[in-house]
Amino acid sequence: MAKILVIAEHDGTTLNPSVAKTVACAAEIDAADIDVVVFAESAASIAAEAAQLESISRVLTVENPANKDALAAIIAPQVAALASTYSHIFGPSTTFGKDLMPRVAALIGVNQISDIMSVDGSHRFKRPIYAGNAVVTVEAPSDHPVVATVRIASYKAVSANNSASIETADVSVELPTGTRFIALQSGKSDRPDLQTAARVVSGGRALGSSENFDLIYELANKMGAGVGASRAAVDAGYVPNEMQVGQTGKIIAPDLYVAIGISGAIQHLTGIKDAGTIVAINKDQEAPIFEVADVGLVGDLFQIIPELTAALG
Amino acid sequence: MEKVLVGLKRVVDYNVRVRVKSDGSGVETDGVKMSINPFDEIALEEALRIKERGQATEVIVISIGPSEAQQQLRTGLAMGADRAILIASDGDLDPLSRARALLEIVNREGPDLVILGKQAIDDDNNQTGQMLAALWGRPQATFASKFELDGNTARVTREVDIGLETIEIDLPAVVTTDLRLNEPRYVKLPDIMKAKKKPLDVIPIDELGIGSAPTIAELSFEPPATRQKGIMVNDVPALVSALKDRGLL
Repeated sequence: MAKILVIAEHDGTTLNPSVAKTVACAAEIDAADIDVVVFAESAASIAAEAAQLESISRVLTVENPANKDALAAIIAPQVAALASTYSHIFGPSTTFGKDLMPRVAALIGVNQISDIMSVDGSHRFKRPIYAGNAVVTVEAPSDHPVVATVRIASYKAVSANNSASIETADVSVELPTGTRFIALQSGKSDRPDLQTAARVVSGGRALGSSENFDLIYELANKMGAGVGASRAAVDAGYVPNEMQVGQTGKIIAPDLYVAIGISGAIQHLTGIKDAGTIVAINKDQEAPIFEVADVGLVGDLFQIIPELTAALG
Repeated sequence: MEKVLVGLKRVVDYNVRVRVKSDGSGVETDGVKMSINPFDEIALEEALRIKERGQATEVIVISIGPSEAQQQLRTGLAMGADRAILIASDGDLDPLSRARALLEIVNREGPDLVILGKQAIDDDNNQTGQMLAALWGRPQATFASKFELDGNTARVTREVDIGLETIEIDLPAVVTTDLRLNEPRYVKLPDIMKAKKKPLDVIPIDELGIGSAPTIAELSFEPPATRQKGIMVNDVPALVSALKDRGLL
């Protein structure tokens, strides 16, 4: 039987949607017994949310003022201390999980499987390499714990109608002190979250300025969509880094993805290839984005976007 | 601060569209252009800027790989690194073994700072820096987009999913780079000539005594699922009706 520990990502009060997707991946392993662990200063509200996740047995809480800022150096030794009774330890392949899980793996003395996109067996998985240009089937040794991150765009969240038990876990390890949280700068918006939105509208360098990006926001508002961007648009300073979609930004899988003024470098395409329908609007009919688009429209985005926004009125 | 150690991995060039071999045994790398992993180039640029500000005295570049990786180390020396170390290893090495090998060099050299790329664009693992920090028992600052040194601590801004997080770490520490940390300089021809005279030590990996890590076996490779060919529409009304037909509006 597989005994799986899923590390919960949260912001101090609410559970991150990536956790329900990580659990979905864990639940694909035969006879999985899944625990979710919450490291927090105060875990109650997060644990209550986690306890509703389908397919899990227990929520473990580890409360400690040192866990407030989710620092990998602090959390990793605590995960490693809990690891001995588990066959698998999973985290989401978000910046939280990517920061933390390799540190856990090294403390346990194993390699990590990064970005699981499908489960082929209890120790056999598929993962993307070369910016998604190849998929490799890997097998972890059965005599060691499997430490892995889950590519959350590959999974649909488990439903939230469970009522798993919540237990306090006792973790007594010495915590390092050399890492201190200073500040978080976050552009909170009322728009749907990029990584979980059913619809996403993204803009590229062709927008030309951060003012012109308002066209993208207006269209997104009309559609109830999240907003993303290409690396070029982020590098040019039109939008902040958290909006970047692609190999090194966010990997997303909305039902509808609208790419506007984005040429479609392979590094961008790898971030959207799981989208349900891809719409591309670009003035260059040779742009590689049209190779993956389900619906393409060649033309001037400064005419097309206002027209489209009005048409959705 | 004295030494900064920078990792340079030899990878298939950023612009190459990699193809899976027809027998599924790997990806085609014969005759393909190889380069320094782009994130590692950013790591080296940052180290050079630290040195040029007078905040470090020596920048050492290190690679783990086949003897051909000396090309990438020479490029690193031409960019401005002071000396280079190649840990010679013919086989493909897993991230934990790489981290163990780096730790051996860290113990010999005693750097105050190790800067690595956040991920290599071949295996996209994003593990080695975090693993080295864990084995070394030191702080890590991953996905750095800004780095400021202040005595024995560094203030690092990290690109995270919800924005920019700033943390402070005590040195020595491991930093991994994100894309917007800096723009690496171009190598000039006279520097390529000068780089030929800079020291490059080759250490066979067996001499490091790192043992072998539990390996994740790569069983088979396949191309990604392809998307069905789409349609082109001529105007906005046609686009809207195409989306309505698919039940998306």
